Amino acid sequence: MDKTVNQKAWFLVLPVFLVVAFSAVLPLMTVVNYSMQDTFGNNQFFWNGVGWFKELLDPSTDLGGRFLASLGRNLFFSLVILAIEVPLGIVVALSMPREGWTVAACLIILALPLLIPWNVVGTIWQIFGRPDIGLLGYTLNAIGIDYNYVANEFDAWVTVIVMDVWHWTSLVALLCYAGLKSIPEAYYQAAQIDGASRWAVFKAIQLPKMNRVLLIAVLLRFMDSFMIYTEPFVVTGGGPGNSTTFVSIELVKIALGQFDLGKAAALSLVYNLIILIVCWIFYTVMTNAGVERKIQASSEPAVEPKPSAALKPMPALKPKEGVA
Amino acid sequence: MARIDLVDLAHSYGGNDAPQESFALKPVTMTWRQGGAYALLGPSGCGKTTLLNVISGIITPSRGKILFDGKDITPLSTQKRNIAQVFQFPVIYDTMTVGQNLAFPLKNRGVPKADIDRRVAEIGRLLDLEPYLNRKATRLTADAKQKISLGRGLVRSDVAAVLFDEPLTVIDPELKWQLRSKLKALHRELDLTMIYVTHDQTEALTFADTVVVMHDGRVVQSGTPAELFDKPAHTFVGYFIGSPGMNILPAEVRGREAWIGGHVIALNRSYDNLPSGAKIEIGVRPEFVEVVAPAPGLLTARIERIDDLGRIRFARVRVGDAKLAARAPGGFTSADGSAGLKFDPSHVHVYADSLLVEGAA
Repeated sequence: MDKTVNQKAWFLVLPVFLVVAFSAVLPLMTVVNYSMQDTFGNNQFFWNGVGWFKELLDPSTDLGGRFLASLGRNLFFSLVILAIEVPLGIVVALSMPREGWTVAACLIILALPLLIPWNVVGTIWQIFGRPDIGLLGYTLNAIGIDYNYVANEFDAWVTVIVMDVWHWTSLVALLCYAGLKSIPEAYYQAAQIDGASRWAVFKAIQLPKMNRVLLIAVLLRFMDSFMIYTEPFVVTGGGPGNSTTFVSIELVKIALGQFDLGKAAALSLVYNLIILIVCWIFYTVMTNAGVERKIQASSEPAVEPKPSAALKPMPALKPKEGVA
Repeated sequence: MARIDLVDLAHSYGGNDAPQESFALKPVTMTWRQGGAYALLGPSGCGKTTLLNVISGIITPSRGKILFDGKDITPLSTQKRNIAQVFQFPVIYDTMTVGQNLAFPLKNRGVPKADIDRRVAEIGRLLDLEPYLNRKATRLTADAKQKISLGRGLVRSDVAAVLFDEPLTVIDPELKWQLRSKLKALHRELDLTMIYVTHDQTEALTFADTVVVMHDGRVVQSGTPAELFDKPAHTFVGYFIGSPGMNILPAEVRGREAWIGGHVIALNRSYDNLPSGAKIEIGVRPEFVEVVAPAPGLLTARIERIDDLGRIRFARVRVGDAKLAARAPGGFTSADGSAGLKFDPSHVHVYADSLLVEGAA
């Protein structure tokens, strides 16, 4: 097929180029530029090469130590909330009703935490946990548990984790619920006839049918928790000490607190790179799973054309014209 | 292995207090004999799947009893009944191999591993699944998947009946024949009661030795394919079975004569005691009506078109407002589109309120 040559077409894509350039490329390049330089204010910059990056990855320096420590905290935080939210979300989804008005009620209740802005969630928990006026903090102290998230590192961690679980388990639950709803009734009936126990049904039917949505849930929750800023910042401000200072909080401290633009730029580039790599790994895993299915479908000629078609009820064939 | 008796069985999704007209399954009493091959035939929404699910225990009936070999099993759960069911869409456990799929029902029942392996090998051989036993079940074709669902039922040695709920819906046409003959062969080999739900008359008539026709929640006739064809007990059966279906004409019947718009059609039997006030119709299969040149004494019809089915030609004709199909003998043509209809009296049936009336000889 011959392509029509029309150079005027460039003018039509030009606006997109401009918008993307000003909104994404130029700011990013500015960051790259900063990451190679040092400044002492007055808009004076000095070339520093890859110095900041070297420092960033060297735990013996101040910058590297802070970055790696916050990165470690962040990864630990992500792992903990994944370990809680994913199983909890599955359990919530499994125990939700499958029909009737209670479905709508459950969905609304589950969706509520997701609709609350991050800083409001932070404020809610900040007040909720205060030992002097907060319902949770006051009650815990009243029954003899010494709880103070401002002073105690462990309490601060528990507060931040519980807050995240409260805020985001719904997302996992809703995704799992959608996955569960798409399982045809016949699977459960067949399992019943096969004498499967509740656990066997979960293992043989529900979990395999949920694996796609679970992968998405893990990806979303990992990314979000890895980039978390607002909620812990509002509740603990990264403290006590640096115990709940995650990467994004550290970044803001360096960039805006100390106005170390070079260090902050280098840190944000590395931070960005980590997130990109994790995304890419997830994306590859997910598409590979999809490709595998396609290969399965096309490797044998008689395989049903669409793998999903077997799950959808087909319109019943009309027995014969005129029979009604 | 069991005889299945249904005693005054009925089901309503709206509960037992709903008006009986709304019941998905209206009260039915019937017996399925051990080792029979049955087809439950009817259009969508006629209650055939409901009946099947009641037998398998997925649905608890609103009223009535189900007996397996005389034992009341109505309150028993699906697991406790020795039933196998194959669904419309193949149900396989994705993460398992074919062999593990087949072993699943036995594993759930705590059968020793050696016995499981033996049974799985046996059923795998029976269903020609042997080469696939160690392969992931998701990778197989739809017909192989249906065989696995069937195998999961057959693998239990105590299975009393195998129920099929339109099992060939998603199977390619050329494979349908193969799978259906496989089912017939299995039926002969294993002496199992098989109940096969379908809305496809060809499937029903080729699979079953007894066809149970359902209409609007009711079992309207149960009999051999020949009985259904020769003597439909209900006008619906006449219309539903056969292609084209039976001609149903409103008529006035007196003694051995049926009157249609001033014309008389001779009947083989005498109908003197027809219920008064009932809707009287005559039914005759197109195979037993012939279009001939118009002649006095014959019912006159207008020919709309003639369908050539290869072996046989059917004329679509119109008598007044009624549409009929009739056999057109080879070489029959009509210059002006009018024709006479010749009825075979021994195959003209009389229906009162849609139900067959047996005349006196």
